[in-house]
Amino acid sequence: MAETLTPTPKHLSTADLRRSPAGHLAARFKAAEVAGPYSVALREVLFLTQVGLRIVPGTDAARRVEARLGTQLPTRVGEVAIGTGLSVLWLSPDEFLVVSAADPAELTARLAGAIGTEPGSAVDLSANRTTFELSGKAAREVLEKGCPLDLHPRVFAVGSAYVTSLGPVPILLWKTGSETYEIYPRASFADYLGRWLLDAMAEFKALELL
Amino acid sequence: MLLISCPNCGPRDETEFHYGGQAHVAYPEDPNALTDEEWGRYLFYRENPKGLFAERWVHSGGCRKWFNAVRDTATYRIAAVYRMGETQPSLATGERAAGDKISGGVK
Repeated sequence: MAETLTPTPKHLSTADLRRSPAGHLAARFKAAEVAGPYSVALREVLFLTQVGLRIVPGTDAARRVEARLGTQLPTRVGEVAIGTGLSVLWLSPDEFLVVSAADPAELTARLAGAIGTEPGSAVDLSANRTTFELSGKAAREVLEKGCPLDLHPRVFAVGSAYVTSLGPVPILLWKTGSETYEIYPRASFADYLGRWLLDAMAEFKALELL
Repeated sequence: MLLISCPNCGPRDETEFHYGGQAHVAYPEDPNALTDEEWGRYLFYRENPKGLFAERWVHSGGCRKWFNAVRDTATYRIAAVYRMGETQPSLATGERAAGDKISGGVK
């Protein structure tokens, strides 16, 4: 009755065994890339560290967290604060998402340590969401097919991020460049949203030769 | 499609919000002292005015925070939006009365 366990080989860490939520679509993303005047490209950014931060700005704990982040917490909708090797996205007045390439356990422990026993939390949410990077001249047109937010550059500035939706999928949308967007859907929506984006990009393939 | 101004996020589409019914319905101070009828009235009886109505909304597709809105039930015009705990604007004028703290429910 004993279940057979395949032990992890000693030379592999759990990080080596990770599979990204949209990893199976990588080849299709590559094939769907469009060049020319309506260029658009999609790729999955793998395994970003994301730490959910619940803390009320202005409290002592928030000041200690800010010292460890290397930046003030963002204060209004859309604002992204850039700290030392990390970015802090505003999700709500007392909820933030720290995005980084640092080690998730170490970063979470560092922030949780700053909060201590005071109200607030820092939780490793790295596996909660995956990241799509959509870029190109037609990237905004692709997003406008399903995003209720005003994406015109006069409103949606480079470096800002909003909680919104794309089609029926709740996402974080972060404009990282004038023609580059990072999309953070929950991991369980990654397959659907990846295919949704492929479908939305398809029409621009026909315009490639213009 | 209504455009609702979330106090935290600014104007967003109605589809990002959920409705929470009448605002400022206070929990009874001593529920055990109520008769069944009074408890039933607290649980189930709500105003149903034609005109301005203070109600709760939650921005579930955004900041996930609750807030209050004064909406005209006949025209859908939203006269005022204010945070939880803030003073309710006068329903007659839509203006917020100075120092008029909401301490309990309307009924």
